[in-house]
Amino acid sequence: MRTICFYFQVHQPYRLKPYRFFDIGEDHHYWDDFANRSIMRKVAEKCYLPMNALLLELIEKYQGNFKVSFSLSGVFMDQMEEYAPDVLESFQKLVATGHAELLNETYAHALSALKSKEEFHDMVRAQQEKIKKLFNGYTPKVFRNTELIYSDQIGEMVSELGYEAILTEGAKHILGWKSPNYVYCNAIEPKLKVLLKNFRLSDDIAFRFGEKGWADWPLTTDKFVDWINQIPQEEEVINLFMDYETFGEHQWAESGIFEFMRHLPEAVFHHSNFTFSTPSQVVAEVPPVGKIHVPVPISWADEERDLTAWLGNDLQDEAFDRLYELEPLVRQSQDPQIQKDWKYLQTSDHFYYMCTKFFSDGDIHAYFSPYESPYEAFINYMNVLSDFMLRLKKEQKNIVSE
Amino acid sequence: MKVLMFGWEFPPHISGGLGTACYGLLKGMSHYDHEVIFVVPKLWGDEDPLADFVNASDIEIDYREKRFKEIWKNLTYLEISSFLVPYLGPEEFSKFTDKSLHDGTDVDESIFANKFSFSGKYGKDLIMEVSRYALVAGQIAKNKEHDIIHAHDWLSFPAGIAAKRLSGKPLVVHVHATEFDRSGESVNQRVYDIERSGMEEADHIIAVSHLTKKTIVARYGIPEEKVTVIHNAVLDTSIISSIATKKVPEKIVTFLGRITFQKGPEYFIEAANKVLKIDDNVRFVMAGSGDLLNRMIDRVAELRIATKFHFTGFLKGDDVDQMFAISDVYVMPSVSEPFGISPLEAVRHNTPVIISKQSGVSEVLTNAIKIDFWDIDAMADAIFALLHYQGISTMFRQCGSEELKKMKWEHVAEKIFALYEKTLTVTQP
Repeated sequence: MRTICFYFQVHQPYRLKPYRFFDIGEDHHYWDDFANRSIMRKVAEKCYLPMNALLLELIEKYQGNFKVSFSLSGVFMDQMEEYAPDVLESFQKLVATGHAELLNETYAHALSALKSKEEFHDMVRAQQEKIKKLFNGYTPKVFRNTELIYSDQIGEMVSELGYEAILTEGAKHILGWKSPNYVYCNAIEPKLKVLLKNFRLSDDIAFRFGEKGWADWPLTTDKFVDWINQIPQEEEVINLFMDYETFGEHQWAESGIFEFMRHLPEAVFHHSNFTFSTPSQVVAEVPPVGKIHVPVPISWADEERDLTAWLGNDLQDEAFDRLYELEPLVRQSQDPQIQKDWKYLQTSDHFYYMCTKFFSDGDIHAYFSPYESPYEAFINYMNVLSDFMLRLKKEQKNIVSE
Repeated sequence: MKVLMFGWEFPPHISGGLGTACYGLLKGMSHYDHEVIFVVPKLWGDEDPLADFVNASDIEIDYREKRFKEIWKNLTYLEISSFLVPYLGPEEFSKFTDKSLHDGTDVDESIFANKFSFSGKYGKDLIMEVSRYALVAGQIAKNKEHDIIHAHDWLSFPAGIAAKRLSGKPLVVHVHATEFDRSGESVNQRVYDIERSGMEEADHIIAVSHLTKKTIVARYGIPEEKVTVIHNAVLDTSIISSIATKKVPEKIVTFLGRITFQKGPEYFIEAANKVLKIDDNVRFVMAGSGDLLNRMIDRVAELRIATKFHFTGFLKGDDVDQMFAISDVYVMPSVSEPFGISPLEAVRHNTPVIISKQSGVSEVLTNAIKIDFWDIDAMADAIFALLHYQGISTMFRQCGSEELKKMKWEHVAEKIFALYEKTLTVTQP
């Protein structure tokens, strides 16, 4: 069997509002409701609604021979309920066809896997509950960690939670001479399968599609099918993993991205021996070729494919360490608003905005950041965190005095 | 007595402390029966009418006057197209230079146009504006009758010199800051040259502190007897009782000013780190903006004190008052501060202050803790003491307000008028 596995990441963070020093101790609402709503609505109109409609059309047209998979972050689902019930409905329709698989992840699109096993488990469970609630009791079998962050240890944790497989990046420095187009398994817990992103073909669609300076522009379905036909016959799985916002938001409708996707299934069916599968189908049907060793965490971000987009500089490390120091206090808290803010504050995007790698990937960071500089992002986050700490302390005092 | 005074900016359109000082001085002078003509490059129309204001942008130059050519000859060394811009960080600077590389106007021509619209800011054409301002000053000196000329800081020194050439009246230059205060040892040679020629051509020099006088004597080779120290004052000496209340339980220690080399922000951070190691019940705030801001944020993150050390960015108006009002200690660790008015503002808000010995204000304010800017141990010690030993801070509060009452601009004005008289008798007996 030769197959293409589409996986789309759907995520929007709860962005912080400009939170000043003078607000500490007084204003406990941290979220930029206006920006979050307007971005959600904008992306809904440009991407989620038209792309969901297109995918539904394709699934119906090819009677399930075309299929995709999604991971919707919990913070995205919360915002969908709040700002875009129409988008929620369209996702529900897609999932109901049985040909759109949902994966599990951490509720807050968090980096907790790197810091706290307990918090990681809690977040995965919370996400599972949320998916069940919104999608008619749906139970995902495959996991994908935030930003495809993966290591042998993270794989082990995920396996303990009962998942069959995990998605991650086919990073060059991990693969060496090996190909990402096979199923691998975790080095510690071989029953957990590992699917690796084919970053060249994925990024041809996600990043280079509309780039007129690219030698292969414009990318047509014929050209794309021609490329996958050149892949050696024994390589069975092509994992195309990308942000869902690729369609209509990162690549505008004018670039032809929707038309590309509309005609891709037909070109694949007619001019190649590939099919389409979801991750759980892939792991059910394709046997693993061997273990993949990932002792140090990898991700799908930036040229380095490591964690440096979120962690590593002093701003990020300070913010991250201060945040997770609070975990024991939060566990004692009875306040549901504190629990909610705690989750939202863990979203990886907050740390992404503090990244100071301005060279190769600076443009991408700047594109996603609501701040003018990583320093502003840091100041704002720390002001909020300072207030959050005061609330925790206050609540604890009250508990003790009672 | 009629005074012809040249400034560069005037409230409310100011970007530095110079405008505030000129405002205070004019206000002080208005208590006396003397006439003051105050010239600024650009008037906005909403200035407090404290003097006979002249908008340099309105002045037409009469080119039949031969002496203009002479002045111009002396000014050409200013090299009009230079990128000299004080008070700008590296980023803003590069923005300015990028722009000016593209608009190569014929400089001589625009300078000699009949009228010239000044921006009155510290922009990319600063040197050109300074030169043009000098020509206009000459014209004004020809038109307006006056007994003495008074020029504030290097931006208006060429104007003062030009006026002196045309009217022959004595020139007093007022030094609020020198290039060494602004740039440390890496001085801009052109600015230094203008400062030096202003000081040399002046009949007398006013320095805002002994510290500044020392610099003038040592670095510009001016004889000591030519320099008189007259300290600045405070516009309003009353105590402000603010309604602003603190919303955090911790005590607050504040730094407020431009985040530049001159202000010594890094020493404040190091001292904060030392205090936080033994006292968790305190927050530090660095209010302001400047070219060192990002480096300071990095340092705070590196020290892992960012949940107790906050940055507010540039504050203005009410926010400044609020910041002073909620502060328990105010620290001014300036590396080099000719005067430094902000500690006096803190005193007005009943906030005890710590100031560096390298500031002019330390010469006049007794009820403050004075430390060397580099002595972070002493600074940490002082912060801890003011936070915990109520005795000192209560005493500072009581005595500070008494002290403040003696620092009025009318006293400054009185001293300056006396200085004018002396200068006039020496130069025109």
